[in-house]
Amino acid sequence: MNFTDLVFYFFSAMLVLAGLGVIGSRNPVHSALFLVLSFFSCSALWLLLQAEFLAIVLVLVYVGAVMVLFLFVVMMLNINLAQMRQGFVRYLPLGVLVALVMVVQMVWIVGPVGPDVFGGEQLNQAVQHAPDHSNTSELGKVLYTDYVFAFEVAAIILLVAIVAAIALTMRRREMTKYQTPGKQVQVRKSDRLRVVKMDAETSK
Amino acid sequence: MIDSIINVSVDLWNWFPPGWQTFLEILGKIILIVLPLMIAVAYTTYAERKIISYIQVRIGPNRVGPRGWLQPIADAVKLMFKEIVLPTNANRFLFLFAPILSIGPALAAWAVIPFDRGMVLTDLDAGLLYILALTSIGVYGVIIAGWASNSKYAMMGALRSAAQIVAYEIAMGFALVGVLMASGSLNIGMIVEGQSGGLSSWFIWPLLPLFLVYFISGVAETNRAPFDVAEGESEIVAGFHVEYSGMAFAVFFLAEYANIILIAALTAIMFLGGWLSPFEGLAFAQGTWLAETSMLWFFAKTALFIFCFLWFRATFPRYRYDQIMRLGWKVFIPVTIVWLFVEAVMVVAEIGPWAA
Amino acid sequence: MNKFTQFVKSFSLWELLLGMNLTGRYLFKPKVTIQYPEEKTPMSPRFRGLHALRRYENGEERCIACKLCEAVCPALAITIDSEEREDGTRRTTRYDIDLFKCIFCGFCEEACPVDSIVETHIFEYHFENRGDQIMTKEMLLEIGDKYEAEIAANRQADAPYR
Repeated sequence: MNFTDLVFYFFSAMLVLAGLGVIGSRNPVHSALFLVLSFFSCSALWLLLQAEFLAIVLVLVYVGAVMVLFLFVVMMLNINLAQMRQGFVRYLPLGVLVALVMVVQMVWIVGPVGPDVFGGEQLNQAVQHAPDHSNTSELGKVLYTDYVFAFEVAAIILLVAIVAAIALTMRRREMTKYQTPGKQVQVRKSDRLRVVKMDAETSK
Repeated sequence: MIDSIINVSVDLWNWFPPGWQTFLEILGKIILIVLPLMIAVAYTTYAERKIISYIQVRIGPNRVGPRGWLQPIADAVKLMFKEIVLPTNANRFLFLFAPILSIGPALAAWAVIPFDRGMVLTDLDAGLLYILALTSIGVYGVIIAGWASNSKYAMMGALRSAAQIVAYEIAMGFALVGVLMASGSLNIGMIVEGQSGGLSSWFIWPLLPLFLVYFISGVAETNRAPFDVAEGESEIVAGFHVEYSGMAFAVFFLAEYANIILIAALTAIMFLGGWLSPFEGLAFAQGTWLAETSMLWFFAKTALFIFCFLWFRATFPRYRYDQIMRLGWKVFIPVTIVWLFVEAVMVVAEIGPWAA
Repeated sequence: MNKFTQFVKSFSLWELLLGMNLTGRYLFKPKVTIQYPEEKTPMSPRFRGLHALRRYENGEERCIACKLCEAVCPALAITIDSEEREDGTRRTTRYDIDLFKCIFCGFCEEACPVDSIVETHIFEYHFENRGDQIMTKEMLLEIGDKYEAEIAANRQADAPYR
């Protein structure tokens, strides 16, 4: 077992443990933080696969943006654990079913029975690149040539989602008073102040 | 005598297996970066106190050591001997883990910062992305500190800081997209090399709006005045680190200043040509040390931006929270998007650094 | 046009630069800090510091135990007991000032008909034990004897304004 294998097993073990932590810990904030840890471990595994762009983007997008907002929400909520557990038995069959389907799918793709897209035979054929090979530019070239249509469609869907989210939350209440800083800073002395010249009062 | 010492050291070095040698080499480089960085951080606190007091027509620290030069060391010793108070019902592990989470990314980002041509710990191809990823992690320290303290003020500070950092990160990322378009590379060394050719070919000129947006967002990202509502001592005492004392507080303090230095260094690299000399290609400097690229230029430019941080703090009053949000979302993001379009036009028309 | 200039002004950060120019110039101004133990600010002859009881030039204490100071003291810091001395004059047997209560308003000084109780320029003092804050008659007279020349000079300097 060489050093790379050691690193792989270390981060894999961490990933699995963190994943268990996500569903196992009682405190939702702890769950969210375990999810962050699992993202990190996953990113480390991707680095081992020489996919440094994806690894960094995983950290940048999921850890840096998504989980921050998630944590933000989880901290604000006051989650009642007893209430959460109420439906456990009722939804258990559905959950088990979903889990089973996922396991079957994974075995089908990776494992010994299916078309073997990623596992076994395919793994050995993975191309090893030289150290100066740029994963980033390679990905960029593919994204903006072969998959440009799918890429742009995805971008537009996201844009629509942003616009929709803003449209849903933006409402203008009739009675609220608010300031417009842009207008506030434009005010000059001459707009507000009028200096009146008057003769001094004289005693007759 | 000296020869024998060298011989013994070489023998000792060869005695290590090759894997260990690489490990030790990298470890040595890390120490070589982190140690001076920590000293720089300590003296940035001194510089801040001195500069702000000079602007306020005071003298500032001048009692510990000659002209107060030992003040940061005295502060560090004091903080080290103070008790770390754990608040009741605070989450013990996360409470102590938060300062580490906050300083870790600030130091780790230095792995890809080049000090001179080739003088970099890791010449990472996606260096800029790495830095963006790490600066976005820094907010976790603040959020977790705020939550684990089990205190309302700390919680408020953490929430403010999280919202602010998320908002300004977008503008910051967009500004960096402009740099990417100008240099055509994510590698930080290549970005600096793309600016070679004297003062006029630095990216600050074609990307002036992006430079301003980046630097101001950097000030906001580090929670520095005038964007320091996360600390807001007049409203929420000290924000996310109210409950911290002793060494745990000191680590937050170090992280803040390490972030300042990092943002200053990045601004110097991305817009002012990093280690490149401003006198490059000028007739009078030809052949002298002035025209040569060196670490000194990098440090001088970084110091300039650190000074700006301190200058801002001494000049501007704190922004109100809604004004910060307005500035980030409604001003900076549109400005960067508009300028990216302008830049695209410049690329097509081959103006500025894109002139073939 | 006004809107246009406003636009240019806000995007060139003009007013922020004006502010930075101001603070930048203050960076090089001469500093006003007084290095306290080594340097001190000038002191008015009316300065109200630690108290003292004065004597006449012949050595007789001025205080006649009229208790006007005790009556006027807003902080009730002064306690006076008096008795007839062998020569038939009224004198204090006890004259205590509690410095924790004293607010250094100077009313005692103003009230004194014989200029006996005065406040000196001394403001650097401390106590090390509980009870040290009570200034007894002996202590006050001692301070008065020690600084008599200065006290007299300060009274002299302030006399035209009284």
